[in-house]
Amino acid sequence: MAKDFWAKHENLYYALTNKKVIFGLTIVAFVFLLAAFGPMIAQYEYDEYAGQGYLPPSSEHFFGTTIDGKDVFTRTVNGLRSTLLVGAIAGSIATLIGCIIGFVAGYYGGTIFDELLMMLTNIFVVMPQLALLIVIAAFLEVRGTFVMAVIVASTAWPWTARAVRSQTLSLKNQEYVSLSRISSISVGRILREDIASNMFSYVFMVFIQQFNGTMLATVQLEFLGLGPTKGISLGLVMQNAVNWNGIQLGMWWWAIIPGLILTILITALYFINTGLDAAFNPRLREM
Amino acid sequence: MSENILEVKNLKAYYDILKGQVKAVDNVTFNLKKGEILGLAGESGCGKSTLASTFISRKKPLKYISGEVDLVGNKIMQMSEEEFKELRLRTISLIPQYALDAFSPTKKIKTYIADLARQHGIKTDKEFFDKVKERLDLVNLDESVLNRYSIELSGGMKQRVIMVISTILDPEFLIADEITSALDVSSQRFVATMLANLRDLGIIKSSIFITHDLSILYQIADRIMIMYAGNFAEIGPTDEIVDNPRHPYTRALIDSLPKVGIQYKDKRLSGIEGTPPHLLNIEEGCRFRHRCPYAIDKCEETPEREKVAEDHFVSCWRWKELGSDLNG
Amino acid sequence: MAKNKDVVMSVQGLTKVFKSGILNPEYTVAAKDISFDIEKGKIISLIGESGSGKTTVGKLILKLINPSEGKIIYNGKDISEIKEKEETKQYYRRVQGIFQDPFATFNPLYRVDRVFDLIFDSFDLDYEDKDQAIREALFDVNLNPDRTLGKFPHQLSGGQLQRLLIARALLMDVDVLIADELISMLDASTRIGVLNLLVESCKKHGMAVIFITHDLNLGYYISDHSLIMYKGRLVERGDTKKVYENATHPYTQMLFEAVPEIGERWDPDEEFLPEQVVQDVKEFYQENQGKGFVEIEEEHSVLFSDK
Repeated sequence: MAKDFWAKHENLYYALTNKKVIFGLTIVAFVFLLAAFGPMIAQYEYDEYAGQGYLPPSSEHFFGTTIDGKDVFTRTVNGLRSTLLVGAIAGSIATLIGCIIGFVAGYYGGTIFDELLMMLTNIFVVMPQLALLIVIAAFLEVRGTFVMAVIVASTAWPWTARAVRSQTLSLKNQEYVSLSRISSISVGRILREDIASNMFSYVFMVFIQQFNGTMLATVQLEFLGLGPTKGISLGLVMQNAVNWNGIQLGMWWWAIIPGLILTILITALYFINTGLDAAFNPRLREM
Repeated sequence: MSENILEVKNLKAYYDILKGQVKAVDNVTFNLKKGEILGLAGESGCGKSTLASTFISRKKPLKYISGEVDLVGNKIMQMSEEEFKELRLRTISLIPQYALDAFSPTKKIKTYIADLARQHGIKTDKEFFDKVKERLDLVNLDESVLNRYSIELSGGMKQRVIMVISTILDPEFLIADEITSALDVSSQRFVATMLANLRDLGIIKSSIFITHDLSILYQIADRIMIMYAGNFAEIGPTDEIVDNPRHPYTRALIDSLPKVGIQYKDKRLSGIEGTPPHLLNIEEGCRFRHRCPYAIDKCEETPEREKVAEDHFVSCWRWKELGSDLNG
Repeated sequence: MAKNKDVVMSVQGLTKVFKSGILNPEYTVAAKDISFDIEKGKIISLIGESGSGKTTVGKLILKLINPSEGKIIYNGKDISEIKEKEETKQYYRRVQGIFQDPFATFNPLYRVDRVFDLIFDSFDLDYEDKDQAIREALFDVNLNPDRTLGKFPHQLSGGQLQRLLIARALLMDVDVLIADELISMLDASTRIGVLNLLVESCKKHGMAVIFITHDLNLGYYISDHSLIMYKGRLVERGDTKKVYENATHPYTQMLFEAVPEIGERWDPDEEFLPEQVVQDVKEFYQENQGKGFVEIEEEHSVLFSDK
């Protein structure tokens, strides 16, 4: 039974046995668990006065305390949860929009339809992203998680659309697509088996990249004070640390730890990406 | 022995990869005389291009194992990259296989040539460009091509520009790697003849012309060397190789070439069954034995390089006894 | 339809103009006024250099692109009128192709068996036992089924992949097979085997083959008829032997002078310039103004002037 399953899902098998993927997934899982269960372990509320200020990491306060005595661990894991959520939703939205637009434009490559879609995409590409984000974010007085995600996604999709379009265009002209066409396979099946499936790994990697990018964009906005209007976020923790001169005062735990978690997460995602590249490509498998 | 431009003795160069060693050039011996065009032929993966890069680029994962290469008195395998740099373009020059794709679409031909010359420490003054124009004229290109972009030129014209650049310093030894294979039939003839002309004019002293196409070698090569799966198979004067091949592989290769005048209806040509072996951690023995109709137990041992006649060498255990049989 | 020739397909005045760009379109004539008949069990070589339009003709016959003008008549009907799904299927049931790059013709994510699965899914193939039929077809093309089936494309050689595709065409027992540069990516020692196989299958099954190539020697070796293409036009055509022995169009003559052959050396004193042919063709057309396409002997015609 198990053997049959793996024979059917070879890609999954190769993906899950790739060392880079395992390494990356382990770390990502750890960070996600931290975001999911961290707030439960935390003994304090993120805004609560938890004890003496200016304390370095200890068994009492895992990540130390802020200058005004708030628990950094509590703030970090709560912030991580919110930031991850925004990043993941934004990444999904951006990938979805980018893929749909890119796929359609690519499939109808060379037509007016394609031209129009690409014009729209190019307009978004040349827009100064951060400025636009600041304007939109500042304009909205109340910003929840989902609104934040939409704001971030709105500027993140165009590159995906362009990449997916060119990928679709080149796949469409592959000789195996011609062979499927003269085998009288339905358009739907060609799209699915010859184009989309050859793009699946690509799209999956685009998503991971998008997630990476949207996470960073989210933290950027939060850091500028344009994050969700309620609650705490990773960027906000860092912003506080900088505003209160945390680094200059020697309170490395306050600014460095949240940043470090972000960096580790992004590195791990990168590992998954390169690992998957090898796993999804039968030619690279044998190397 | 001063008439030899290049002497290669028992050269071994392997690719080091994770799974082991790919013996791409294994025990190859030959020499190249002054004024000679040596054709190097074989199937893809036989090591002919690797041999060229052993001489000139020596980049990882290709690893020099042993053997000697003497290029007009320079032991190039022992030279440092610094020392070797001095020889590039002046003594040894390479036209790589995919040179046609190397043109930058945004640069004019003139800029492209100038950049390349500067990389090799050549002054790009008026004198230099006068020489370039002279050479362009030689390959029947108008000097106006200098002010054009690469997309405006056909493949054949680009290949001629490349030939001009790579021979601008009159190198003693030119390696031409598949310079005709991406071209149309009509350009093939011009480019191949050009190579012989350059030699006749003394612009280059000698050349190795690497190709998979024996019929082009027949046109311009003085001698032909055949490689099979990283091993030397046979070398000899062109007519000897074509009319009197000693190695079963050479014979099979020549027999498999269609010629005008032979139709399927009248005479069926035969190919060679099977495919070349994988060179990863390959064992001892003649590498052709699995496809060779004449293989015997002895072929489990690697054959020696033996002299057939003046300038004609072969690596086959049975060349003597098979001689007449193969010609039949 | 009773004719003295057993014509399975007839190409009439086929023209293809490519348009690129939307706001400021540029037009490229890839094929112009191409006409020829395809006979049962015969091999036609379509010979030309890059940009001659030979591949375009192949794609037009395979309905991968649509003609700008002209017709391809199959079973008494112009194939560009075939729009309906079932009818298209019937067409492909009988007309198939093999492409240049064997590695690009197989979807890298699937095992090579897929090319057979696809045709069994799409077409009503009359075999009792699918697996047995595939195995037999593989034996026919000198492949060991146990060593080829179940493999991924990158695990096989180019020659083996092309053989698989010939097996696929044999299984379908097609009327017309378009072989576009079928062996140009294969090595000399393996290509002749694939070529022989193609001819044998063609003769055995009465399949018509259009062998698209740039190689005159290969064209001569296998074909009954030869068509020479130059810049989208058919410039010379006819019985292969006649075209080769009595080449008349300046472009065809140039090709013969340029092709390298073992046993016959190029004349070193003859000045040979590839650019010259453009001028030669122009003069040739001027000298013979108004003549058009003329049959100079039985089964051998030459384009004397560009109308």
